[in-house]
Amino acid sequence: MKRTLLTGNGAAAWGARLAGVDYIPAFPITPQTEIIEAIANWADSGEISGRMVTLESEHSMITAAGAAAATGVRVFTATSSQGLLYGMEMLYTVAGWRAPFVLVNVSRGLSAPITLEPDHNDILAARDSGFLQIHCATCQEVLDSILLAYRLGEDERVRLPVIVNMDGFYLSFTREPVEIPNQDVVNRFLPPYDPENISFRASQPTSQAVAVLGGGPYSYFRYEMHLAAQKSIEVFDKITRQFSEEFGRSYDAVEAYRTEDAEFIFVMIGSFATKAKEAVDRLRDAGRAIGLIRPRLLRPFPEAQIRRLLNGKKGVAVIDQNLSMGKGGILYTEIASALYGQPDAPPILVSFIGGLGGRDISQEEFFEMANNIRRAVEEGSAPPPRLLYTEGEMKEVRKLQAMANVERQM
Amino acid sequence: MDETRFKRIKDLPSTHILGTGTAMCAGCGGLEAVHEVYDILGEKTVFVNAAGCMTLLSIYPFTPFRGSWLYTAMASAPAGAQGIRDALDILLEKKRIPRDEDMDVVVLTGDGSAYGMGLSATSGAMERNLDFIYLCYDNEGYGNTGQQYSSATPHAARTSTSKGPKGFPGYKKDLFSIWVAHNPLYVATVLGAEPLDLARKIEKAKELKGPRLIIALSPCPTGWDFDPSESVEIGKLAVKTGIWPLKEYIDGKVVHTKVPDRRLPVEEYLKKQGRFAHLFSPKRNDKLIGEIQESVDKYWKGI
Repeated sequence: MKRTLLTGNGAAAWGARLAGVDYIPAFPITPQTEIIEAIANWADSGEISGRMVTLESEHSMITAAGAAAATGVRVFTATSSQGLLYGMEMLYTVAGWRAPFVLVNVSRGLSAPITLEPDHNDILAARDSGFLQIHCATCQEVLDSILLAYRLGEDERVRLPVIVNMDGFYLSFTREPVEIPNQDVVNRFLPPYDPENISFRASQPTSQAVAVLGGGPYSYFRYEMHLAAQKSIEVFDKITRQFSEEFGRSYDAVEAYRTEDAEFIFVMIGSFATKAKEAVDRLRDAGRAIGLIRPRLLRPFPEAQIRRLLNGKKGVAVIDQNLSMGKGGILYTEIASALYGQPDAPPILVSFIGGLGGRDISQEEFFEMANNIRRAVEEGSAPPPRLLYTEGEMKEVRKLQAMANVERQM
Repeated sequence: MDETRFKRIKDLPSTHILGTGTAMCAGCGGLEAVHEVYDILGEKTVFVNAAGCMTLLSIYPFTPFRGSWLYTAMASAPAGAQGIRDALDILLEKKRIPRDEDMDVVVLTGDGSAYGMGLSATSGAMERNLDFIYLCYDNEGYGNTGQQYSSATPHAARTSTSKGPKGFPGYKKDLFSIWVAHNPLYVATVLGAEPLDLARKIEKAKELKGPRLIIALSPCPTGWDFDPSESVEIGKLAVKTGIWPLKEYIDGKVVHTKVPDRRLPVEEYLKKQGRFAHLFSPKRNDKLIGEIQESVDKYWKGI
């Protein structure tokens, strides 16, 4: 075991290295590049035995990843944002092949307008693809989640690919102390991949991913994927318990922070939740009964855990770093669907949109959101969804617009 | 390799290993080529398929292949081949499978994928020197969706998206040259109706290790509008008129493997197909027929 400073990207590369991956199809995109650069350097120096190949697009990269997994090797790949969307057809396709592998997505806002900084519209666009999703808040969690992801996806009850998600810049380029576990402990937790019947061999000819005719067989195979994904919650719980025994770090499907005696709860995914934790501490210091839940798993959706943590609370604020145009926050609708009709569901569920394109969420904004939930509870009705945006930001945009107009007239 | 097992027609395999009863149309020139290619390659193959007519070869729970098959998507079959080839190499290298479990990886796509959507993936596979065979069945249009024009459609052909009096205004993309520009190990054009030439080329390709790419002109009764019984004859006419040059690229040189002694006029080929009927009736379009003849003459003058 070695404790060192690693970026989120560095931690992802170490996760792949420790998992003993055989094959790494790659394609560079900011802010994911550091992951594949690290792996390429290790492959060149012989520190890992995995083979890395740079494809000519993410669409091809995900095809190659799925095809290699379907041939029976352990595969790792990584992308971000536009890359994830460029490969979207193949995300859905290879998930249907039921050949497990791990893909790290470094979240970044989607074009247009093009930007480099993070939000979650990229990863949420893959929500219904059949890939399971683990969302990370710290660099340690990135490394650990990759090991968990292989165990989860390769489990015979699951057999689905897994995306491990981290926020670009805020996590990908932030150095944090990370414990790199010893290889022998990792090997004990994550034995070599046994593909069982997933393979292409001359002596066992097989046709994979063939067409079906009609909705009957189609529905059957699609629903089988859904059942496997649902089953994976239970599998995840077992695996994390074992992980905690081996490594001393536990990862529940939903992280709960100071929730037990809380009346009010923030709900967030990803690294910005660490900012919310800080705000919870300061609000607690001021005597406010508030806590945070952070779903680590988004697919499968840990509905039972979310209900258990939220039922009985007075008010909940869901802070979405994404925007479904014409609807609003995606996490908000997911949480609402989990709570609807529950006898003990929190009466107030407030929606906030913040952190789009890397826009920071300040402590003051968390305090204001906490005030909002409290007020809503007192008044007995939730305010309409709102975007976190300051007057200063508005002024700045007006200034840019004025400049753009001047430039246009010149 | 100068020696070939296939000196005469009777040297060709007499039994076919691809199963029958598939969903392909009667007289499918593409299926004819796949049959002949599969007979030479044998069962130790894994076909990596892209969206197209041949996708319907394997419909759950049936497959005509005695070997293996993976359906990918329209744009990325060569990348699927990359994943399988690399995975097999890794398994062999790490001694997790014995050598005799290895297979030839064969991409199978139509012209829609090969000439267009899948071209970038093919270019990448060649650049990476992938050890694979690519078989394109070229029926000169998006056949499986009802023969809309593709970038493989010949000038003046009527398709379901070029029904005007002049047919398709564009020109067939020269995929052979595009592939050759990558300097892969082997590129060839073939035709199911010329089985001896095809067998020799596949035999040669099978022995090589690297990117080997084959385009099979695939007369298409439904898309080209002719009677299925004419499929072979139309294929032969494509060669005799010089419209489909049989050639190969190997060791940096393009060699024509069957040069017609005296080329027949292109109209012998054109007039047999409904897709060119507007060139002959209600009024003969000498200008367009002449243009097509001219481009064929120009090609052969240039070699």
